[in-house]
Amino acid sequence: MKTGAKILIEGLQREGVKTIFGYPGGVVLPIYDELYHSSLQHILVRHEQAAAHAADGFARASGRVGVCLATSGPGACNLVTGIATAYMDSVPIVALTGQVPTSLLGNDAFQESDITGITMPITKHNYLVKRTEDVGRIVREAFFIARTGRPGPVLIDLPKDVSTREIDFEYPETAAVSLRGYQPTFRGHPRQIEKAMELLLEAERPLLYVGGGVITSEAAGELCQFAESLMIPVTTTLMGLGAIPCDHPLNLGMLGMHGTRYANYAVTESDLLIAIGVRFDDRVTGKLDTFASQAKIIHIDIDPAEIGKNKRVDVPIVGDAKSVLQEMLARVRKKKDYEKWMARIRGWKEKYPLRYPKDGSLRPQFVIEELSALLKGEGIIVSEVGQNQMWTAQYYCFRHPRTWITSGGLGTMGYGFPAAMGAHFARPDQVIFDIAGDGSFQMNIQELGTVSHYRIPVKVAILNNRFLGMVRQWQELFYDRRYSFTELPPVDFVKIANAYGIDGIKVEDPGEVRSALKSAIETDGPFVLDFRIEREENVFPMVPAGAAINEMIGGQCE
Amino acid sequence: MKPHTLSVLVENKPGVLSRVTGLFSRRGFNIESLAVGVCEEPGMSRITIVCIGDDAQIEQVMKQLNKLIDVIKVSDLTENDRVERELALIKVNAEPGSSRAEVMQLASIFRAQIIDVGSRSVVLSVAGDTKKIDALEKLLRQYGVKELVRTGTIAILRGSKTVRSTK
Ligand SMILES: Cc1ncc(C[n+]2csc(CCOP(=O)(O)OP(=O)(O)O)c2C)c(N)n1
Repeated sequence: MKTGAKILIEGLQREGVKTIFGYPGGVVLPIYDELYHSSLQHILVRHEQAAAHAADGFARASGRVGVCLATSGPGACNLVTGIATAYMDSVPIVALTGQVPTSLLGNDAFQESDITGITMPITKHNYLVKRTEDVGRIVREAFFIARTGRPGPVLIDLPKDVSTREIDFEYPETAAVSLRGYQPTFRGHPRQIEKAMELLLEAERPLLYVGGGVITSEAAGELCQFAESLMIPVTTTLMGLGAIPCDHPLNLGMLGMHGTRYANYAVTESDLLIAIGVRFDDRVTGKLDTFASQAKIIHIDIDPAEIGKNKRVDVPIVGDAKSVLQEMLARVRKKKDYEKWMARIRGWKEKYPLRYPKDGSLRPQFVIEELSALLKGEGIIVSEVGQNQMWTAQYYCFRHPRTWITSGGLGTMGYGFPAAMGAHFARPDQVIFDIAGDGSFQMNIQELGTVSHYRIPVKVAILNNRFLGMVRQWQELFYDRRYSFTELPPVDFVKIANAYGIDGIKVEDPGEVRSALKSAIETDGPFVLDFRIEREENVFPMVPAGAAINEMIGGQCE
Repeated sequence: MKPHTLSVLVENKPGVLSRVTGLFSRRGFNIESLAVGVCEEPGMSRITIVCIGDDAQIEQVMKQLNKLIDVIKVSDLTENDRVERELALIKVNAEPGSSRAEVMQLASIFRAQIIDVGSRSVVLSVAGDTKKIDALEKLLRQYGVKELVRTGTIAILRGSKTVRSTK
């Protein structure tokens, strides 16, 4: 005989789970009691939101499903932002929540909240388990749904009596999941792939526009091979950074609102856009009807609903990026010479490089460049949201997929620090940095308790401008410098770190940046760096909201 | 922009209807009418949804519906030869005497049945496509419609073609 809780824990282990992030409470007591006896590693966070982000960071760094656990009511509700973050960026996590006993469901019982109802729009699927007999099957389905097709979060809500009831249960040795309503397509249609290859031969100015889907499907290798074999330039979205090495001659860096000028110019002049694992987000496209308006568009994505959602597409290909790219590579026969186009792009690259003032003051871009130089683009870099995120995307030289972890779709401040904790458990061999703003860091600063408790070696580099910098930037540019509620009073972050038993350094002089970063890297365990940066530094170039992406402001040669 | 009739085959499980309707409201699509019931396939229900939109919107609705794990199949019947029916129950003022006779006459023209007779009103049951029911309701308004209950449209393809989970 086994309890529902035991079946759950066994199910997690059968799915290969080694670490979960959680926070206990009344209705999950039976699950916690089972954990007490189990070999599963449980990391006690200091706020459930952090458990969800940690599971998400684990998933992004590893490509495997991350798991978090919370109690009913307030615990479950605290997961919501984390689940929504994972949903927007298609990250596979399984969120486990306790629920009041089935006999009390719907009674407004103590700590009852309708978490399946609440998370319906932000999960790929969710379950309210009514019978202990269903626990085993549901765990298997949840992991299957989370990681296959377009990945995403799945929530399982377990009423207390379902966890405590004992039944006779053995997991079947080999049990395939069969869901008649869920059969994701993996292979692109051969006819469509053929059409795409024909368009490539007609094109003069092709451009690969690559996003997180390429990272998710582990297709970075195929992408680079494909780009190199035809000599096609590549621009990536925020989520696609790392799909191609930053210093690869075909790489144009990031496009969109804070993309490089040359990437945005290339999109505007391209006559064939090959979009892979992207969703034509408004932060990328700017004004939609001027986005790639001279180009035919090939769109490869595993989610048919993304194709044609924002932009009309000439050749839709539904399928997994890796498999479609392999098929395309196999069909490369004739090669066309795009050298004229490449030369034009090289001209833009020379004329409009990313740049920032070098006047001896401490600039955030310099901090990122120094870190990039020290780590040689290795390590795992996680970010918060705002200017810190954009400077990191622009100035850190990413070389590998899954080494850049950021909340792209939801833009969740407070994501980075807990996600970095999760990433550590996926890649304990890696140096892990959370690049933070002072605003974002304070959204989950309580996790200093967790990293201290388990000596999780996350290095937090705060680009401290004592502003909600990105919002201040918009107020400066579009609201006549009326800094309405965006200034933050100074905080001594080193002292806060010290109070948790964590070392830290405050840095005010550019000359100290490298040695401070080195100390952080060389210290075992967590570390906090408080960089007092130029307060009103802006992220440039920038496409104002609603403008065409080639209408950029700032960051130009004087 | 025109009305589309979608036939959606779903798992017959708690919460499925709210997943479907939640998707419509979340993505800003309006539902004109909706009807749900069990169907010939065990463990499944069929939802018939009429919604208005242009082709791109309807395509997006169908793709989003297909992404729901509990949705097994989505078909747009609009371009197909089909039969549509809706049932309405109408409680209408009908004082004994001339107005009652007129109401009964209208009912018979529309092949509606009188299923309840009260001292001052009658209840009509009428089946047909949306237009027919709209027309009858409009004509009955002059007598005073006290209550109107409609089921929402259901639809089926003509001939031997079907909307099933497997081809
Ligand atoms: C949870 C949350 N609340 C509000 C916002 C809106 N927002 C976007 S960027 C930003 C400012 C971020 O400030 P900080 O973390 O200090 O970073 P900086 O931009 O200064 O680098 C705000 C408030 C958000 N993205 N997330």
